[in-house]
Amino acid sequence: MSVTIDDVKHVARLARLGMTDERADQLVAELNRILDHMAVLEGVKTVGVEPASGVGAAGMPLRVDAGPPFPLARPPQRFAPSMRDGFFLVPRLASHEDVGDDA
Amino acid sequence: MTPAPSPPTARAIAHDVLSGALSAEDAARDAFARGDAAQVGPDGLNALLWTDRKRVLEEARELKVEDEKGGDPGLLSGVPIAVKDNIATLSLPTSCGSRILEGYVSPFEATAITRLRNAGAVVIGKTNMDEFAMGSSTENSAYGVTKNPLCRTRVPGGSSGGSAALVAAGMVPIALGSETGGSVRQPAAFCGVVGVKPTYGRVSRYGLVAFASSLDQIGVFGRTVDDAAMALQTIAGRDPMDATTAPVPVLRYTDADGSMMAGVVIGKPKEYFPESLDPRIREKCDRALALFKSLGAEIRDVSLPHTDLAIPVYYILAPAEASSNLARFDGVRYGVRVPGDGLHGTYEATRSRGFGPEVTRRIILGTYVLSAGYYDAYYKKAQEVRTLIADDFREVFTSGVHVLFTPTTPTPAFEIGAKSDPLEMYLSDIFTATANLAGVPALSMPIGRVDGLPVGGQLIASHFEEARMFGAAYALEKALGEEAHR
Repeated sequence: MSVTIDDVKHVARLARLGMTDERADQLVAELNRILDHMAVLEGVKTVGVEPASGVGAAGMPLRVDAGPPFPLARPPQRFAPSMRDGFFLVPRLASHEDVGDDA
Repeated sequence: MTPAPSPPTARAIAHDVLSGALSAEDAARDAFARGDAAQVGPDGLNALLWTDRKRVLEEARELKVEDEKGGDPGLLSGVPIAVKDNIATLSLPTSCGSRILEGYVSPFEATAITRLRNAGAVVIGKTNMDEFAMGSSTENSAYGVTKNPLCRTRVPGGSSGGSAALVAAGMVPIALGSETGGSVRQPAAFCGVVGVKPTYGRVSRYGLVAFASSLDQIGVFGRTVDDAAMALQTIAGRDPMDATTAPVPVLRYTDADGSMMAGVVIGKPKEYFPESLDPRIREKCDRALALFKSLGAEIRDVSLPHTDLAIPVYYILAPAEASSNLARFDGVRYGVRVPGDGLHGTYEATRSRGFGPEVTRRIILGTYVLSAGYYDAYYKKAQEVRTLIADDFREVFTSGVHVLFTPTTPTPAFEIGAKSDPLEMYLSDIFTATANLAGVPALSMPIGRVDGLPVGGQLIASHFEEARMFGAAYALEKALGEEAHR
């Protein structure tokens, strides 16, 4: 599996990262070298091996679905740029129309 | 105040503060004086990113010790500590070494910091790091490279290089770092201090900015094993704010101090001693193993056969998780915002300007291995091999081995700029990433020097067996004496 410049540009778009052609070219070379090193995994027999969940030996204890109070040291009014009626005010970034063009 | 010629330990400072011989304010003032002498700021080591002397001295003056966990009240009374810049503090920025969080001050505090402050510690500043903890040299910080205090042309290791450098330079006896693939142990080895990665689930990550959530843990640095033990036992334990913390009792790691090792089986895994290992590092490790044996320990040759797969597994899983975790930095909710054309334009402009080259590389790599058509080949396969790596450790520990001993790194600290190839840099984590993948605790401690540069020896124990690991570390530190630093 070899990464192409189109792959890099596609992935960069998914990750919301701008990418110049020069930087994309560099990343093609770097990613192919890194992924070549990963290829050693292809030869490892993992039939019947469960993928690791990543959670520690004690498992994942679940808390009551009530949620502890969020212990903010300062009230939102002290760190929010702007508030009204208990809501954060943020700049208008977009209309609804331009959201989700490739969602 | 004139700083002491030899920097005091955390235990000595706490003793003096509790007995009234020293005020917490003077302890903080002494720390700043030692920091000034070592030039820890941007024109020198560039290890200390953010501090506010006036506020720190005020906080020290108003210090009150609270016994939140019912442990040792005042264990760290007046002890000045430094904190990696990806751990949330209330009165100083938390930038993660990144432009995208420049000026960000958290509205809440990490549980680890609260516990340290309740034990009497005073946070004197935030330390430089590789951006979002991605790196092994602290060369990837948006705020410049940190230099190794023992040789200023060399790196201090990373990603917690600023914390390791401040402890090695003598400014503070204890610092917090964070580990995902060796980011406490490797800089501890390069700077000649003690660094501990606890078991996954041992320390709350509430307030630690996430990099790779299945691997991340807050870790501690100390100039001595005892100081590191004091710090870890203070911050360890269940926290309702972090569901991944385990309800396993925290032992008093400082009680693990002992000089005899009778009945203890130390495993020497052959995969960590390849023929290519620097012979001078091998010699230091052999000396440490000989000392363990002289103290009554049994040394047993063992094998962890999937060790060489750790780097490919780690550099698939960690970037994959990072690509998801770092999606939250979009110019809307935190830190810097760079206006662009519409919502997507703003996301893209902010992230492109805010993230540095290594973070960009890992987000692209992580997004790629998770993308349609590649998920099974890379991510799922890596998760399966991770199971095999964890099984290696399980088998060796159930066979009767109590602690493993290995070198922490394949080489001493390298020159700044020496590793420009990303893959070459990734390979420097070869002896440390395994413990993160398996979730087991590990500790690096100084075991001697090569050409004046520190060499780290690594102790690895089974899940939640930190006390066993500290027991071996106390014994080796005592047996080595000054030899650990020459």
